[in-house]
Amino acid sequence: MATYDGLFDTLGLRAWCDKGADNAPMSMADLLAKAKGGSDAGSSLWDTPFPSLDALHNACQAIPQSRALTRGLEAGFLDIRDALRVVIDPLTQPLSWALNDMLWVMTQTPWWIIMPALLVITWFVTRSWRIIGLVAVILALLAFVDHYNAAMETLAIIFVCAFVCVIIGVPIGIAMSRSDRLQRTVIPILDMLQTLPPFVYLIPLIFLFSVTEPKLYGIAIILYAIVPVVRLTDLGIRLVDRDVIEAADAFGMTSRQKLFGVQIPLALPNIMAGVNQTIMMSLAMVVIASLVSAPGLGVLVLRGIRNLELGVGLIAGFGIVVLAIALDRVTKASLARIDASQASR
Amino acid sequence: MENNNKTADPSGEIKVSIRHLYKIFGENPQAMMDDVKAGMGKSELLETKGHVLGLNDINVDIRSGKITVIMGLSGSGKSTLIRHLNRLIEPTAGEVLFDGEDILGWNEAKLRDLRRKHMSMVFQKFALLPHRTVLENAAMALDTRGIARKQYEAEANKWLDRVGLGGYGEQYPHQLSGGMQQRVGIARALASNSEIMLMDEAFSALDPLIRTDMQNLLLELQNELHKTVVFITHDLDEALKLADHLVILKDGRVVQQGEPQYILLHPNDPYIEDFVADINRARVLRVRSVMTKGEPSGNFSGDIDHDDNLESVIGAAEGSLDKRYRVMRDGKPVGTLEMPEIMRALVPRIQEE
Ligand SMILES: Nc1ncnc2c1ncn2[C@@H]1O[C@H](COP(=O)(O)OP(=O)(O)O)[C@@H](O)[C@H]1O
Ligand SMILES: [Mg+2]
Repeated sequence: MATYDGLFDTLGLRAWCDKGADNAPMSMADLLAKAKGGSDAGSSLWDTPFPSLDALHNACQAIPQSRALTRGLEAGFLDIRDALRVVIDPLTQPLSWALNDMLWVMTQTPWWIIMPALLVITWFVTRSWRIIGLVAVILALLAFVDHYNAAMETLAIIFVCAFVCVIIGVPIGIAMSRSDRLQRTVIPILDMLQTLPPFVYLIPLIFLFSVTEPKLYGIAIILYAIVPVVRLTDLGIRLVDRDVIEAADAFGMTSRQKLFGVQIPLALPNIMAGVNQTIMMSLAMVVIASLVSAPGLGVLVLRGIRNLELGVGLIAGFGIVVLAIALDRVTKASLARIDASQASR
Repeated sequence: MENNNKTADPSGEIKVSIRHLYKIFGENPQAMMDDVKAGMGKSELLETKGHVLGLNDINVDIRSGKITVIMGLSGSGKSTLIRHLNRLIEPTAGEVLFDGEDILGWNEAKLRDLRRKHMSMVFQKFALLPHRTVLENAAMALDTRGIARKQYEAEANKWLDRVGLGGYGEQYPHQLSGGMQQRVGIARALASNSEIMLMDEAFSALDPLIRTDMQNLLLELQNELHKTVVFITHDLDEALKLADHLVILKDGRVVQQGEPQYILLHPNDPYIEDFVADINRARVLRVRSVMTKGEPSGNFSGDIDHDDNLESVIGAAEGSLDKRYRVMRDGKPVGTLEMPEIMRALVPRIQEE
């Protein structure tokens, strides 16, 4: 005798309910109830359950249990999975290649080539000896405690993912800045991507791709990290001085000339701020993505947690922090360089 | 007095002609046209229909080689009007004829060509490109036309020299003062080699002294280049100094237009009287506007030029009221001027009636 029996009886649905009864497998709650030995006929008002799917199912077999819902979702997802993969797989395959190649380059090239190369890149981006010194110290420190390989793997993934974010995100931002309607539709998506805990969108991705494919974590990182560069590109272009845009129009610039000659250069400080944030968020996500087989420092942190190896976890965590400092300083310095070239705006 | 009742100097053919131009801002401007044509004013339209009447039946002829000044208080529609000339703003109704052709029918490409080659613009807030050098800014029109830097460099430098900025080509705009930035703005307009220059409150953001410098620079350039200039200002002194033809706007309507001296002596609206009241008339009014025309006869205390202002005549007369002067133009006598005429002209709104 279940709580809501009376409800279905008075509604005259008893016959319909029993027709649906097909000895469905018992739910955990049923088992527990059985184990308690006896009916809850004498249950007081105090114990009345919320009319949930399970509670209603107890009274009327025709109503599904809530686990049928999770099953259904899973089945539905598996059904469309193959169709989705036909489309998404070829589209995202280059990401796997890029990640694999980059990982190979960064880990297989001897350290005495990679480390100077990174310093040269730093020079081109920042033109600052102080920051080159900082980067050199950080790289040497990581290598000294034998975390060189893990750090290079992490960097390789960040480089690829941040690059893809910029390649995709900047055009999206530009398109948004030109169409209010597009902006209105994209901003909720960006909000969602940013507010969802990253674990949540790992779940559908695991179903979609096999865990051995690098693009699994690549996509997770890109989805998470693309938000700021899109947002700030849109904002940056919208913030360009309207008088300057008017001057560009008055002198007969085409919209192309305006975009590349005026809007993007003037939005560059904002776009670079977005790139900085995108890189920092890639770093955050690459650690989480080690749950789904992303290599790098995150794996060591995970090992520290799983096996309670405090030292391993701490050193890897420290490595992530100094890497974050290096990436942040380098991108901020390049941002400052751009700002300086158009001060007083 | 009545014989100097001329309006615009008729010389100079009509370059741009604005015909029955209306501009209404709001949700559904077309639906407002009937009300506006029936005579509904700006404030009434805003209160009853929630639309802003930007321009109301504007008819202005802009003559080649002259400076046409459009004057009005802030919000009277000056910026809106000048932006119709190169179609930065689309009108609600009306025509803008450029050399007799209605530019409102033109397509994008033709319009772009107009903006690149025939009309240039100078802005109140300079609107230079902050990420380009002064030279690149001056050459903006040329660069936009696709001319390579090597070819435009000489031309842009020539105009920078001409506005007094020789040697500043490699600086960035933010390194210059406001006055110098506006000189770049003028060089940019001149380098485009367009016959028409649109100037929207071009000097309003500058300090008074620098402003006077810039006005003189403009007049000097104009003497040499004879551009067709449309100049916007809210300052009557500036308008009187620069204008060949003066258009006074109020609430989107033209309240009076004509030769500036004539408007000063014959304001047809209390709004203009207010404007005119605070002006130093002796310095602004010219002999030609107040003299009695005709072959001079009798005795004269001396000769004065028709373009002298009254202040200099009063100075020459050393305060005496019984002098009588012969007015000369290009060495020929064209009229006479007696001191009482000057005195009458100095008092606003002479009781002619
Ligand atoms: N985009 C617009 N939308 C609504 N009203 C406008 C717009 N642009 C100008 N106006 C209105 O039109 C009138 C004239 O403006 P404007 O031409 O800028 O005046 P001015 O340049 O003489 O100060 C003002 O009342 C202003 O509020
Ligand atoms: Mg204005």
